Amino acid sequence: MIITTSLYDQLSALYADKETAANEGFSRLRAAAFDSFSANGFPTAKNEEWRFTPVAPFLKEAYHFQPAADAVSDGGMADLSALDAYEVVLNNGAPGKLPSIPGVKISALRDVLNSPAPQAYLGQSISLSQSSFAALNTALFSDGLLIEVEKNTVVDKPVLITHAYNAAWPFFAQPRLLVVAHRSSKLEFIERYVVDGQQALFVNSVTECFVAENARVDQYNLQVTPPNFHLVNFTQVSQRADSLYNNHTYTLPGASLVRNNLHLDLQASNTESHLYGLYLAGGRQLVDNHTLVNHANPHCFSNELYKGVLADAARAVFNGKIMVQLDAQKTNAFQQNNNMLLSDKAVVDSKPQLEIFADDVKCSHGSTLGSFDESSLFYLKARGIGESSARNMLVKAFAFDVTRQMPLAAVRDCVEALITEKMESLYEPA
Amino acid sequence: MLSIKNLQAGIDDKQILKGINLEVNAGEVHAIMGPNGSGKSSLASVLAGRETYEVTGGEVYFDGKNLLDMPVEDRAREGLFLAFQYPVEIPGVSNINFLRTALNEIRAYRQQPPIDAKEFLRLTKEKQQLVEFDAKLVNRSLNEGFSGGEKKRNEIFQLAMLEPKLAILDETDSGLDIDALRVVSNGVNKLRSDKNAFIVITHYQRLLEYIVPDFVHVLYNGRIVKSGTKELALELEERGYDWIKEPAYSNS
Repeated sequence: MIITTSLYDQLSALYADKETAANEGFSRLRAAAFDSFSANGFPTAKNEEWRFTPVAPFLKEAYHFQPAADAVSDGGMADLSALDAYEVVLNNGAPGKLPSIPGVKISALRDVLNSPAPQAYLGQSISLSQSSFAALNTALFSDGLLIEVEKNTVVDKPVLITHAYNAAWPFFAQPRLLVVAHRSSKLEFIERYVVDGQQALFVNSVTECFVAENARVDQYNLQVTPPNFHLVNFTQVSQRADSLYNNHTYTLPGASLVRNNLHLDLQASNTESHLYGLYLAGGRQLVDNHTLVNHANPHCFSNELYKGVLADAARAVFNGKIMVQLDAQKTNAFQQNNNMLLSDKAVVDSKPQLEIFADDVKCSHGSTLGSFDESSLFYLKARGIGESSARNMLVKAFAFDVTRQMPLAAVRDCVEALITEKMESLYEPA
Repeated sequence: MLSIKNLQAGIDDKQILKGINLEVNAGEVHAIMGPNGSGKSSLASVLAGRETYEVTGGEVYFDGKNLLDMPVEDRAREGLFLAFQYPVEIPGVSNINFLRTALNEIRAYRQQPPIDAKEFLRLTKEKQQLVEFDAKLVNRSLNEGFSGGEKKRNEIFQLAMLEPKLAILDETDSGLDIDALRVVSNGVNKLRSDKNAFIVITHYQRLLEYIVPDFVHVLYNGRIVKSGTKELALELEERGYDWIKEPAYSNS
């Protein structure tokens, strides 16, 4: 804990430096955020939201806040060369060359902090007191990306954001993404990670996504990273009337810690949201997905499907909260979390949480935990299919039930190929 | 082809098969009938290798090889096929990929190269027409959302594709309407040859009007208590099973 305190001291010093240097319009927000972080500190097991996910072991490194090395992006493990996209690379959190996209403002956040969109949206939707990591990022982020889609603009190609990391020493990064899709616009964006080097990397990222009236945003997050990578990711989505938001989050074997927080705030009526997630974990990985869908208005639809496959001594947490506020009549909210355990040592903590205050709603949730279905295995073997092919078929079928929800074929193919490849290394014949 | 001698098997401590004897030769169709709980489906499961059953005695030879020593998949690769009473739904596994995998694993076992794509397509089309299996269902997930009749037809389609030496139809007729029954039976009749054999397990004599057996056996209380020709099935239809049960009691 002493070292954690030292990280805390370092962060305080960093904040003090920043404050004296600040001439941006965010000093009040940053101060409030840092106060919130100071008051709560890094979350411990006493915090209900972090009960199964101890972060302290991952904060013990002697982290630096500058990478002292350049990141090189070669596409990493997620090969998306088949995808026709606008590409942006964030080198250790700082955007490189930016594409020019008709109808879209795409900028390095550090260059535009005082312009209208960040001023109007940044930090506006996150409950800082509820999330220490997001508060810390808000207080200290120095760069990131702004994507602002003008109204009625349908972005013709997806935007591929590559987070490239490489550091000379243990590196603590705090990138920030701000996505604003104005009225009746449409945007698809994909995030992936490329990690070089062996140094410990702790990435505390925050994405804020505003989906205006009648707009549509599809977000893909492909987390295929090595074990020296630790990720705490906070995504806050705000949806206005008649909007559609789809999220596809994939965590594959590698990173020793991944914590995804995905919060949806349905701020007006007749919205639609789909949340799809798949985690495939092996080794001693810890993968935690916390989702919150806040139905505050009538006639909104949300659907959530998260699946997990765990091998070795991997641990997974799924916590899916659905709030249906008093005014949110005619809500349709569905949630499903299915887990497949391939080893006796793997652990899953699955916690659906429904809090419903309205009385005319349709809500359902389900959580399952199992191994191979013996009758399915027998059926396949009775047709001449060997034990290991049969098991592979069943795991793939389980996982591809989620991947088939991705409308972008190039991304789907890439993920399915990765799953197939990673499964070979995860799978041990019984 | 198949030689069963004094086969005894059960689940946990419960003895279900209490000494089955049966010889099946190439070109023959054997019907196994009997009241509920007599052990008909258990016999099918034991032959296919379902792990929940424990074989406690007897032997089974399939083309001269000890069947009971083989894992489930090798029994299939040797040419044994079980048409399931309750085919399993496996969402996410496409019917066609499943069949290609099965066919190629069987071919690999027999040291044959994988089937090429064109030939596989041709074979699929041919067999699908032979057993009147809806082309739309071929590309769907394995049995997912299929009706009862569609599932049974899919079993017969798989049977046609894999061309086993011995096929065991486990109550394939149960729950089928007369049209589906006709389709399934026609499929089986087209696949009959002097090189393969069928064991047709059924509860109802009706099926045997369509698939005419060479032999009929009555299974009761884990034993074959009576064997005969197709006329036996008619007699069972008329008189029920009660008259069969009596000798079984006096024997035991």
